[in-house]
Amino acid sequence: MAESIKHFINFAANPKVLFPCLLILTLFMFPGNDKLLAINKRLGLYKLWTKKGGIFLFSFMLLFFIFGLTDPNFRLIVTKPDNVPIVALLFLVNFFLWLSMKQAWENDARIAKGQPPQEAEDAKEKILVWPDLVYIEFIALILCSALLLAWACALPAPLEEPANPSVSPNPSKAPWYFLGLQEMLVYFDPWLAGVVFPTIIMLGFMCIPFLDNNKKGCGYYTFNERKMAISIFMFLWLVLWIFLMTTGTFLRGPNWNFFGPFEYWDIHKLEALTNINLSEYIYMILLKQPVPENILLREIWGFLALGLYFGLTPILLALTFLKNVFKQLGVLRYSIFTFLLLCALSLPIKMFLRWAFNIKYIVAIPEFFFNI
Amino acid sequence: MPYFDSGESLFEKFCKTQVGRAIFRTGIPRNQRQRMMIMLNGVFLHLHPVRLPKHAVKVKYTWCMGGLSFFVFLVLTVTGILLMFYYRPTVEYAYGDIIDLKEQVPLGLMREIHRWGAHLMVVTVWLHMFRVFMTGSYKPPREFNWVIGVILLVLTMLMSFTGYLLPWDQLAIWAITVGSNMAGATPLVGASGPGASLLAIGDVNFITSSSDARFAMLGGRFVGEGALLRFYVLHCIGLPFVMMIFMIVHFWRVRKDGGISGPT
Repeated sequence: MAESIKHFINFAANPKVLFPCLLILTLFMFPGNDKLLAINKRLGLYKLWTKKGGIFLFSFMLLFFIFGLTDPNFRLIVTKPDNVPIVALLFLVNFFLWLSMKQAWENDARIAKGQPPQEAEDAKEKILVWPDLVYIEFIALILCSALLLAWACALPAPLEEPANPSVSPNPSKAPWYFLGLQEMLVYFDPWLAGVVFPTIIMLGFMCIPFLDNNKKGCGYYTFNERKMAISIFMFLWLVLWIFLMTTGTFLRGPNWNFFGPFEYWDIHKLEALTNINLSEYIYMILLKQPVPENILLREIWGFLALGLYFGLTPILLALTFLKNVFKQLGVLRYSIFTFLLLCALSLPIKMFLRWAFNIKYIVAIPEFFFNI
Repeated sequence: MPYFDSGESLFEKFCKTQVGRAIFRTGIPRNQRQRMMIMLNGVFLHLHPVRLPKHAVKVKYTWCMGGLSFFVFLVLTVTGILLMFYYRPTVEYAYGDIIDLKEQVPLGLMREIHRWGAHLMVVTVWLHMFRVFMTGSYKPPREFNWVIGVILLVLTMLMSFTGYLLPWDQLAIWAITVGSNMAGATPLVGASGPGASLLAIGDVNFITSSSDARFAMLGGRFVGEGALLRFYVLHCIGLPFVMMIFMIVHFWRVRKDGGISGPT
């Protein structure tokens, strides 16, 4: 019984299975428009954001964790000292996600009844910072210090063998907060995954307040008034940020191969690499002719695909699904918004192309290290 | 007053002497006026306003994450200073000094607190960002403070990244090797990045593995003596200095943009 559960989890934890599932789940858990919201309500998914739902969520996570700890392979990877903060992070992110969504749905119910949000009710009363805030801060500091001290006493800081440039460990991993980027390296070259995308992520996050010109929902928890913003943020934050980081930390073993949480990290595990580039796919498989010598001719299809993706999709979306968004944002905001969104979506798309068609690069010009 | 008994304590008597009055302007805040004055008189407490709407002090609204990030930053500063007494950033001594910290230094808990505190700070900063997003607090007039916050988040991760190298063990140099290899792939200015070969005159390449972005970051062609010193200086002086400036702006803007966000 336990073995078959472990087998199932190992299978389900594979990014090929888990990532699409999470994408779909996020779409319905945080519905971005009225249609999806109606489905969410019909399925009763919003009930997770209640006290009962919270208890369910945490008992589920805790049970999974306790069950996992009975397995030696799971224990080995989860209790590695530097991985402990990520286990804690997973619980914390879920807790605060639940806490914020619970308050958001409660406020939405109040607003639907014509009442102000709970925060506005509280804000009517004014308090003196001394002692009412200073004492809360003091208690928070004491608790935080106690936690840090206990953590420091319980777990020695990791220290491995002295540095040796000639012996590289397998796998070599970046610090845990960068493992989302390292995970991206599976699908994109370093110049994109390590330089261009981090820059776009940073700039994109800075753009958020200037792109989101919805005036509602400032200073209180709400979901209904900011459906789309929260939906997109959850895709970026939970799926692309937290999930990829977790995958990179717990599920990537030697040679950056995938290993289920209950799988032994076998250094000899082989995964067939039969990836081909888009140009080869088009010329050799579809057109059944040799790949042309000329670089530009060879890669024209890839450039065309990219041009259409970044040039045409925003226009098509503005005419169809995002008609109202386009109206609300205006041309400049809308162009930046769709560019950033398409950049973020390029990762799931590249994953899908890899898994379904073994596509390695859309544009491949290794002569100039220019591979997309 | 439910908080205090009415008898004068020793501290209160001291507050009434000339020395006491010179140090503690307000004394123990017992009445409304003193409670306001204590917030205005001290340099540290005046980061806060005197009064607040009640929602702003509720833990379920703020999660305390911003304040805790700052507190953990202070803990890291103090433990970091203590660690600097024992640590020499050279390939020859670094690893041994870390061993000594564990085995020779009495109460050698500082490295533990520093390392776990660093992880904790990354977590609290992320959660702070999460809370600010979920309450829509980045909306006008607080847009710019969100931008400062993103910069502080990146600086926090860079602080953690530069500190990761200092123990000079296998974990450290290979994590930094993985991280810094990406710098070598920077378009135009990285030796293994796209377009590097465009910056050449005739056969002379300007961007090589000893003149590119990665080299600037590591102070060498691989993670060695130069990288250790660079990361040490950045970790202990450079980045904290930049971070302090952004933190000052961040806190100032919280107050100037109308205090903590709330329903209007």
